[in-house]
Amino acid sequence: MAGAKEIRTKIGSIKNTQKITSAMEMVAASKMRKAQDRMAASRPYAERIRDVIGHIASGRPEYHHAYITEREVTRVGYIVVSTDRGLCGGLNINLFKKALASMKDWHDKDVEIDLCLIGNKATAFFRKYGGSVVAKAGNLGDTPEITDLIGTVKVMLKAYEEGRIDRLYVVYNQFENTMTQRPAVLQMLPLPVAKDEKLRHHWDYIYEPEAKPILDLLMVRYIESQVYQAVIENIACEQAARMVAMKSASDNAAELIDDLQLVYNKARQASITQELSEIVSGAAAV
Amino acid sequence: MTVHLDIVSAEQAIFSGIVERLIATGDMGQLGIEPGHAPLLTSLKPGPVKITLPGGEVEVFYVSGGMLEVQPHVVTILADTAARAEDVDEAAAQEAAKQARDAMEDQTSEIEYSKAAAELAEAVAQLRTLQAIRKKAGK
Repeated sequence: MAGAKEIRTKIGSIKNTQKITSAMEMVAASKMRKAQDRMAASRPYAERIRDVIGHIASGRPEYHHAYITEREVTRVGYIVVSTDRGLCGGLNINLFKKALASMKDWHDKDVEIDLCLIGNKATAFFRKYGGSVVAKAGNLGDTPEITDLIGTVKVMLKAYEEGRIDRLYVVYNQFENTMTQRPAVLQMLPLPVAKDEKLRHHWDYIYEPEAKPILDLLMVRYIESQVYQAVIENIACEQAARMVAMKSASDNAAELIDDLQLVYNKARQASITQELSEIVSGAAAV
Repeated sequence: MTVHLDIVSAEQAIFSGIVERLIATGDMGQLGIEPGHAPLLTSLKPGPVKITLPGGEVEVFYVSGGMLEVQPHVVTILADTAARAEDVDEAAAQEAAKQARDAMEDQTSEIEYSKAAAELAEAVAQLRTLQAIRKKAGK
């Protein structure tokens, strides 16, 4: 009975792997739910700010903020939001593909690109791929705080204000549902402000101290909250993708165990039959 | 008379409900907002926000700066989650840029890490084998 013992050890080791993957699946499922809650919790802030910006922008046509004004593009900035850890299927690779496709369009127009990387996977990827990286944040964990991102966002905003970049994009995964995560390239700057014609000049705020500093502050907070939301949404995607990847790994392990069990049973039966026939033929000889 | 108040930060909703009045610390000084206040937009200094619920109960929240927006029927406080100052932001920006430079220069670290991990796994395996041999010999 040569193969039986090896097969048994193999089944044992696959069972252990299966235990790990199914545990990871459950952990990812619960983390995904929490990430979704955080996504919902951070939405009102961004919505309120967008309302206020829209109102100021449509109420004061004489004041053009740099973040709203379109200008000729000679250099663009990308904020690439990736995960810190792997084992989440093709999530990051699909994202990088999307980012590279968008970057290629600019490259063909002789526009240079600055990168701001969030998440360790993006750092590892662009280290190999190359590119001018001006800011980086990593090791954010499952519950990033907005303070973790202020630095990276500030680098890009400053570059925009000083005219070093003329457009800013953020690349991240949009959470559609547990099975679908869509990589998306979103334009951050200049802000596409939808002017609400109905609101125009009907009423205006009292500003304390003045409209301009408040608008400046709001713009920065708005961009920060958008990037923060992108990071949170990407985490929800990461957990969903990991959950699905681990589920299929557990299923594959179960299938493998079934196959091996069959082989093992056959081997065991064969050896019993052989022993029996040996005994019977031995008895017959006596 | 009451007005709806939302206190939200970028990370979470802090308060949402009907209030009779609220007192916050604006950039230009203390502000008392009663229902029916004219539309107002101001920045807030770090400080307490005192709200009076219908029935007279008082609650106090701390905000580390942010914005106060007043509209006839709804008041919104867009709170910052941390005290913000220009030089602190600047320091964070420099740190982010430094990290980027370090990460790009540091070509070897990841490879070395995986190499070290492999070596460690090998050493552990050798130790285990040694222990197994010793056990056998001891028997």
